[in-house]
Amino acid sequence: MKKEILSGNEAIARGAYEAGCRVACAYPGTPSTEILENTVNYKEIDSSWAPNEKVALEVAIGASFGGGRALCTMKHVGVNVAADPLFTLSYTGVGGGLVLVTADDPEMHSSQNEQDNRNYAKFAKVPMLEPADSQECKEFTRLAFELSEQYDTPVMLRTTTRISHSKSIVTLGERLSGLAEPKLIRNAAKLVMLPGNARVRHPLVEERIEKMSEAGATMAINRVELRDTSIGIITSGVCYQYVREAIPDASTLKLGMVHPLPKALIREFAAQVDKLYVVEELDPFIEEQVRAMGIAVTGKELISLCGELTPGRIRTAFGLQPPPAAPGEKLPGRPPNMCPGCPHRGVFFALNQLKAYVTGDIGCYTLGFMPPLSSMDTCICMGASIGMATGVGKVVSTEEKKKVVAVIGDSTFLHTGINGLMDMVYNNSPSTVVILDNRITAMTGRQDNPASGFTLMDAPSHRIDFPLLCKSLGVKHIRVINPFDLEQTKNVLREEMDRPETSVVITDKPCVLVKREGVFQKGPVYTVEVEKCTGCRACLKIGCPAIEWRPAGDGGKKGKAFIDPLLCTGCDVCRQLCKFEAIGSAK
Amino acid sequence: MSDRVTNILLVGVGGQGILLAAEILSEAVLLAGFDVKKSEIHGMSQRGGSVVSHVRYGTEVFSPIVPEGEGDILFGFELMETYRSLSLLRQGGAVVANDLRIAPPSVLMGQETYPEGLVERIRERFPDFLLLDGQKLACEAGNSRAANTVLLGAVSRRLDIDEQFWQQALEKMVPKKALEVNKKAFMLGRSSDWNAP
Repeated sequence: MKKEILSGNEAIARGAYEAGCRVACAYPGTPSTEILENTVNYKEIDSSWAPNEKVALEVAIGASFGGGRALCTMKHVGVNVAADPLFTLSYTGVGGGLVLVTADDPEMHSSQNEQDNRNYAKFAKVPMLEPADSQECKEFTRLAFELSEQYDTPVMLRTTTRISHSKSIVTLGERLSGLAEPKLIRNAAKLVMLPGNARVRHPLVEERIEKMSEAGATMAINRVELRDTSIGIITSGVCYQYVREAIPDASTLKLGMVHPLPKALIREFAAQVDKLYVVEELDPFIEEQVRAMGIAVTGKELISLCGELTPGRIRTAFGLQPPPAAPGEKLPGRPPNMCPGCPHRGVFFALNQLKAYVTGDIGCYTLGFMPPLSSMDTCICMGASIGMATGVGKVVSTEEKKKVVAVIGDSTFLHTGINGLMDMVYNNSPSTVVILDNRITAMTGRQDNPASGFTLMDAPSHRIDFPLLCKSLGVKHIRVINPFDLEQTKNVLREEMDRPETSVVITDKPCVLVKREGVFQKGPVYTVEVEKCTGCRACLKIGCPAIEWRPAGDGGKKGKAFIDPLLCTGCDVCRQLCKFEAIGSAK
Repeated sequence: MSDRVTNILLVGVGGQGILLAAEILSEAVLLAGFDVKKSEIHGMSQRGGSVVSHVRYGTEVFSPIVPEGEGDILFGFELMETYRSLSLLRQGGAVVANDLRIAPPSVLMGQETYPEGLVERIRERFPDFLLLDGQKLACEAGNSRAANTVLLGAVSRRLDIDEQFWQQALEKMVPKKALEVNKKAFMLGRSSDWNAP
């Protein structure tokens, strides 16, 4: 059998392939993105990016109702967007197996909150599996498809960042053959969820969960490992690995299915150990249910509700190791930064100068919050910038209203921003919306979207025309600008902010990381003429990583700016800031 | 093959080839017949932020991240990031560091200064310390971008893995056109003067 080192995400893609999955659909989101970037390597799977998670799940539901096995993946907050179809899909059940991957992010390595999506499984009454390494990612994905068809239910597969992005050894298998050929099946009583039909379905959903809880007691993925029986720990996912590392002698009940819980097995395990614990990240999801069964258990009184666990944090919680000492010395931090040549930089510089109140959104441009650009005032969730600009405008004074600008990227605008703009026009909001069109979903690692002109499978596709789209929504004032031209950017923004009507400003320069030929072109590198540089530091105000301040040497001379020729892309923004014409292109 | 898990940490700045070095290392230990796990954080760290990659190998590995204070070898691509991560090492652990300083944004803007004397401070806490000019050796091998492989070569001196597996791992993980340079870079690092105390 062939062995490979795979990440959890690569292993889920492999598991879908081996399970005979035919359709995979997603909206990118860390830490889930690489699953679809890998399913696309299997030609048997139709892989696509949807504009948002709700559409992605609906595509998967359609494929399932047509009889094909379908995979849908998203980050934890994506499930909030897809929750509407999910909750009713629980009632209809499936045709071909349907697996929904939720990739949670305890510790918020790359997210705006750390919600625990195990709650969604309970809330939507669907089973949830939780793998603990890459081999399990592959096996559990295969099993999830089987359970989905066996119990006529969507199945959720939950990973966390440490499962999705860790690599471990996986034994590969073959693709399943002999699945039924998809075809149109009409079964309106099951698939048309009018009240009369849905009332019939609901009791079946409750029965299904009960049946799966019973079956869970004998599922191989729920496993009792008896060692020293003075301590028994119920755990799942990556926490199982940490427990084995931190308290190797403890007995464990490793849950592969975290919803519904296998109650009989939990009772059996509890009876075999002297003291029962639950070790889980974030919410007391397992703990509360165990306690509701009338079993004495210890969990969150020892272990934090916040952040991810580590072997050390578990040892500290169990009193086996003192808490870590506070770091003694403060070193300069190294936060992420907009790339040299990023087309967002000039826009945020201008917004800062105009003292705009910026309702921001999710993407690389959220880094506009960081100094020295320091020009983002809010950021809540995908698409929120536009509705929030409307809302702020409803309560502040006429003068302050002019300061309100919503800033949103191309992909985020198409995700859920477009509805906000519809509302802005419909309800006559005077705000300004800036759409930063860099032709790619950049933050998650350059995924194509409906405005980039290509699909995930690299086929050319229609590229959305933003000015035309905004016009059709009824926006009367639409300006397309070059964000590398600071004067134009600032003037246009000022004019549109002053205008007492809805207006849209669209930037038209690509992300520097787009590799596709002919999209991003590097210009001639710029240099600082040392004789002309007065050390005024104006060029440092844009926070470009290619510009370095070199302090004065000996003799008390002034410091100077220096441009790193390896990093400079020739975007020209810094040249426009230098009053002394010290910056020019080398040519 | 001992039962003990070996814990290696690779630290530096996004874009330095840390992930590739960690992949080559993982592949070599897999070929040598060990269980291996590797973990790092993607996402925001790609935009020039700090990167920490964990590689663990042995007969059976549980946690994909190195338990705090149990690192055996810290493999630093940049001096301040190396210094920042010293607390992840066990007492008496080993440090291989690239003699390179990359200024973070606050230093680029002249608001903070890059700390002085890091080499001495690292050596004081971890005497088993090798400082390498990765860029210079990589240039000798034919491409300054192969500094990550030079460092990997130096680390390989301390790992109980046969040379053939390193060669096979390089052949599998490095793109063909860069392979010869990387093999040379690896051997330059591997022949550095750094023996277990």
